[in-house]
Amino acid sequence: MIIKDLEKLQNEGVDSIPSAERRTFLKAGLAITGVFLGGTVLSLTSAKKAHSALGGLPEPQKFPYSPHYSMVIRQNRCVDCERCKEACVKTNHVPSYGYRTTILEIQRPAGPGKLERDFMPVLCNHCNRPPCVRVCPTRATYKDKKTGIVMMEYKKCIGCKTCMAACPYNARYFKEENRAVDKCNFCYDTRLTKGKKDTACVEACPADVRVFGDISDSGSRVYRLVHQQDKIVWVLRPETGALPNVFYMND
Amino acid sequence: MNNNLLAKVLPQEGGLQGTSAGAYNAVIALLGLFTLIGVAFGVHAMLVGHEHAYGISREVPWGLMLAAYVFFVVTSTGLCLVSSIGHVFGVESFKPIAKRSVFLAIATIIAGFLVIAFEIENPWRMAIYNVISPNPTSNIWWMGTLYGAYLFFMLIEFALLQMGEHKKAGYLGLAGVIAGVAAHSNLGAVFGLLNGREFWHGPYMPIYFITSAMMSGCAAVIFFHWTAYKINAWKMSDTLKDSLSSVAKLGALLYVVIMFFTTWKIISGISGHPPGKYEAIMSFLTGPYAANFWIGEIAMGLVIPFLIILAVKARNIPLMALGSASSIIGIFFMRYDLVVIGQLVPGFHEFNIVDMPHLLPYSPTLHEYMVTFGGFAFCAALFMVGERMFRGHLSEDH
Repeated sequence: MIIKDLEKLQNEGVDSIPSAERRTFLKAGLAITGVFLGGTVLSLTSAKKAHSALGGLPEPQKFPYSPHYSMVIRQNRCVDCERCKEACVKTNHVPSYGYRTTILEIQRPAGPGKLERDFMPVLCNHCNRPPCVRVCPTRATYKDKKTGIVMMEYKKCIGCKTCMAACPYNARYFKEENRAVDKCNFCYDTRLTKGKKDTACVEACPADVRVFGDISDSGSRVYRLVHQQDKIVWVLRPETGALPNVFYMND
Repeated sequence: MNNNLLAKVLPQEGGLQGTSAGAYNAVIALLGLFTLIGVAFGVHAMLVGHEHAYGISREVPWGLMLAAYVFFVVTSTGLCLVSSIGHVFGVESFKPIAKRSVFLAIATIIAGFLVIAFEIENPWRMAIYNVISPNPTSNIWWMGTLYGAYLFFMLIEFALLQMGEHKKAGYLGLAGVIAGVAAHSNLGAVFGLLNGREFWHGPYMPIYFITSAMMSGCAAVIFFHWTAYKINAWKMSDTLKDSLSSVAKLGALLYVVIMFFTTWKIISGISGHPPGKYEAIMSFLTGPYAANFWIGEIAMGLVIPFLIILAVKARNIPLMALGSASSIIGIFFMRYDLVVIGQLVPGFHEFNIVDMPHLLPYSPTLHEYMVTFGGFAFCAALFMVGERMFRGHLSEDH
């Protein structure tokens, strides 16, 4: 059919179109739009998930440790009550001038003249490619071969503080009492090796912000939280290539 | 045997007789005293903990003393490289400066080690665990190890130079150059390989460190040669004057190279506002470090010494020594700004964190000033004692 010829035809109006013809037209339209609409529903990589993959998330099946400890932080649940900080200080004997975990307050505009506040708990990200471990001259800080926890062997620390400069997350401080750098170790020595299943900060949180567990176990809560459909999960400072094991999301 | 070796290394006669003025001894004693005071402050900091004695923090863990260490080792590497042009690579005009430069390379690196010993919290652990628990991916490990080797080579080289074993000294000098370049570029990499620190990250640091070491070396050679002759009231030979003139010409070239590097570092840091880098660059272009940068780094460190060399056509040694002194002070600002500014932009600066400063604060404490000052006093004392002991560091061939 030639378009020019079609243009010359008189408009017949919609009244005279047979219902079979209408049905065919509607079916074609539904089929075409359905491909696009249904795409996000049926596709395995929805637009939102593709977006979240920008955040330096681990590739599926790439959890080299067992148990591969990680933490999920559901940021919008945090009310800044600081019980996690208190529990950490008490459990791990953190001095007043330092911290292993803290809560940062984020301010962002939520419309003209309106500000929204968010609370972002931060701690050591126990990175898969930890910059602090690479730079330590004496292997005083190391990645535990079994659990992937970034640990400290205090007696080897020379106090050059390069790990502190290297950490993208400001997760390290020098503890004078130990004459060594100190940092979060997911309560490895104070709780995990004593039969407890979670960290002090997780136990103390009244809002269930922090979820701790083995992300290599597909049945674990952390695994299920990170691998949900239509949920954006992000990590902090992915551009540094550190591959962190602390994941952030909004509930 | 030992006495024989010592007799060979320490010239008993010939060379230049040091001044016997009491003032010379008094200055050495005073410098020794300042060194001891610096050490006392360092030991005190070690006992009470750096957290309490120094101005450093978890966010800015490196301060004035690390900058002083970088300054000393940059100068040492530079002295080694500039002196090697003559006695390792055979360029005649650079030969007369070899002995004093090698001695000063040793003096400056020892001063650097003195300062870093109090900058590191547990230096004794370094001696043990650098050996039994090495980390080959760590630039600090390589730097420490290679600088150890460097000092070893330089000491033997200096002894061989004193004994007149020039061929053997050349080989040791070459080993020193290789160890020095490797160590020094690793020091650059300590900063340059930190992915989370935008101001430092990239290949620029190791390249810049080596080039600016050469520049520092030229300034130090001219300044210390002139000073040595001035304080002992010796008269410079024409060969030495020509040699210093050659060093000044090399220095002029290197000032231009560093100006070029600095220009592009700035342009690449502000073009497109790269996050993290832009804030750091602006902190010294127009921010709180602007005086350090424009007066210290640019005017004193680069422009004044460069213009003096041009103006006197690399011939007037006293004026060039003045320019070199200005340059050495300016270079200290370069090291300080490089170390400190690299840490000032908070890691979470893009998150709009409430109460997080745009730039983190750091200012040195009395302890840090005193240890740093002690390092300088020690270096100066070694220099003055060296002039006496080695009788003006004269080479026998001129």
